[in-house]
Amino acid sequence: MGMTLTEKILADHYAGGSIQPGDLIQVGIDLIMCHEVTTPPAIQMLLEHGLSGVFDPDRVVVTPDHFVPNKDIKSAELVRELREWVTANGIKNYYELGRHGICHALLPEQGHILPGQTVVGGDSHTCTYGAFGTFATGIGSTDLAAALYSGELWFKVPESIKVNLTGKLPPGVYSKDIVLELIRRIGVDGARYQALEYHGETLEELSMEARMTITNMAIEAGAKCAIMEADDLTSAYLDGRAKGGDWTVHRADQDARYAQELTIKVDDLEPLVAFPSLPANGREIASLTSEEKESVDQVYIGSCTNGRIEDLRIAASIMKGHQVAAGVRAIIVPSTSTTWKQAHDEGLLAIFHEAGCAISTPTCGACLGGHMGVLGEGEVCVSTTNRNFTGRMGHPSSRVYLASPATAAATALRGCITDPREYLQEER
Amino acid sequence: MQGRVQLYQRSHINTDEIIPARYLNVHDKAALARHAMEDIDPGFVDRVQAGDFIVAEEDFGCGSSREHAVWALQGAGVQAVLADSFARIFYRNAINNGFYPIEIAGISTRVGQGDELNIDLAKGRVINMTKDEVYDFPPFTSFIQAVIDAGGLLSYLGKQKSGAGISDGT
Repeated sequence: MGMTLTEKILADHYAGGSIQPGDLIQVGIDLIMCHEVTTPPAIQMLLEHGLSGVFDPDRVVVTPDHFVPNKDIKSAELVRELREWVTANGIKNYYELGRHGICHALLPEQGHILPGQTVVGGDSHTCTYGAFGTFATGIGSTDLAAALYSGELWFKVPESIKVNLTGKLPPGVYSKDIVLELIRRIGVDGARYQALEYHGETLEELSMEARMTITNMAIEAGAKCAIMEADDLTSAYLDGRAKGGDWTVHRADQDARYAQELTIKVDDLEPLVAFPSLPANGREIASLTSEEKESVDQVYIGSCTNGRIEDLRIAASIMKGHQVAAGVRAIIVPSTSTTWKQAHDEGLLAIFHEAGCAISTPTCGACLGGHMGVLGEGEVCVSTTNRNFTGRMGHPSSRVYLASPATAAATALRGCITDPREYLQEER
Repeated sequence: MQGRVQLYQRSHINTDEIIPARYLNVHDKAALARHAMEDIDPGFVDRVQAGDFIVAEEDFGCGSSREHAVWALQGAGVQAVLADSFARIFYRNAINNGFYPIEIAGISTRVGQGDELNIDLAKGRVINMTKDEVYDFPPFTSFIQAVIDAGGLLSYLGKQKSGAGISDGT
């Protein structure tokens, strides 16, 4: 019987031989991602259980990202705890403030993520790394502690859903719209306990950045992981960047078994916004009434979903020469320190500044209501992030709409939910 | 285990709702418990009593991987969550803390707010003392039960000495 891509990688990291969905297996872990919110509890647990030490310090990558620069005294203590643990355990891959970044943008950018690996991280969006043909999944602090200590973790082999992407993205429609469409179709638990395996010609035209936006939001459909086969573009991205040498490219077998198979014809897609308070509430902007095109208080362009250089280029191309609408706060958060510099060098930061945006250092920040753009009572935000749950970005009565960077940029200029194609037409 | 029902007749109660991220600058159970369910049910903290059970619909605990969600509920005195289904990271986090995620289809339509439940984990049986009804659920797999019996994953790991493999192939 053939195997899916996820099954191939898990079998490759399991000592017991053949596997099938539903099997409970002990899996060797190639790389562990740590940040300052979920790692300090893991450190404390290891101490309490007398399980000191890290199985292999070179397989651990650490960056503080959620509440950096430290938002308060307690956050400062968390980062200090993380830093002291890094030093004590001889972990070299530590990205301090100034070289830091949002973990799921930073690790791929710095070449830590390689095809065929198994990666776990103390963060639900660890599934992002699946864009590289990597098995990657988010875990809590206890699992993190176990993985750090032993280099292994138990998993139930997931069934896979095959998602075929066909056609070419129309102007104004981006990979964010693809993943919002998928989640709208299958629901926020439509892939619960399953792997989302992406195929199709559309992928060939999507950059690694655009692919990562899709894999990033797998958890928003409840998935254990999302995965795409590594191809020439993956190799080109890794060229000169990959840390750790060789990698293994796996392919799904032709006769692999899938729990479900679905196709998204991307030619038919339009720009979407996901209404509060679930990522599955996507609707075409063109279909909204003028009342539904709600006025916004804030636009947020950043996060592990859409804070990469390509996202900033798209947003800047729409904002160039325009002004953010009166009464709107537009916040730009490049996802890593390197991306910040690149955006600076390409003149994107100047465009954002001239349009009236605030530009932040990389941080998860307001995506999860931490700091750097928290919403007040009843405020409305269009955001390029991944979750619009009740209270996610601030006050429980605040309302978050999820959208692509283009839609967010157009919305910032108009002051209400806006179809980005209105600005693309202007350019022509 | 015996306790009262705190009923939520909705699906997708996510970890941002169980413990908002603005409180993730600590990981002390008692400190987190003060803000449990705050954004969707501000009265929860005053209403909940030690030993209570949360009952909800589908996909309980979806969203962020924050184990703080389990700790906040444990800190508030909640003994277990009963739901139609659980999000997978929350489910793992619960087991890893010896906190019981009990899956029973349709449970939220069968119990009422404040009903007194008695749960027999070994038999996989919930007795609703208030309504005099019985609901069965499949017992945990032997591996999960072994983790719970050991007192959580790290204690299990300590006993296994760096993980001697899993006996259960379910």
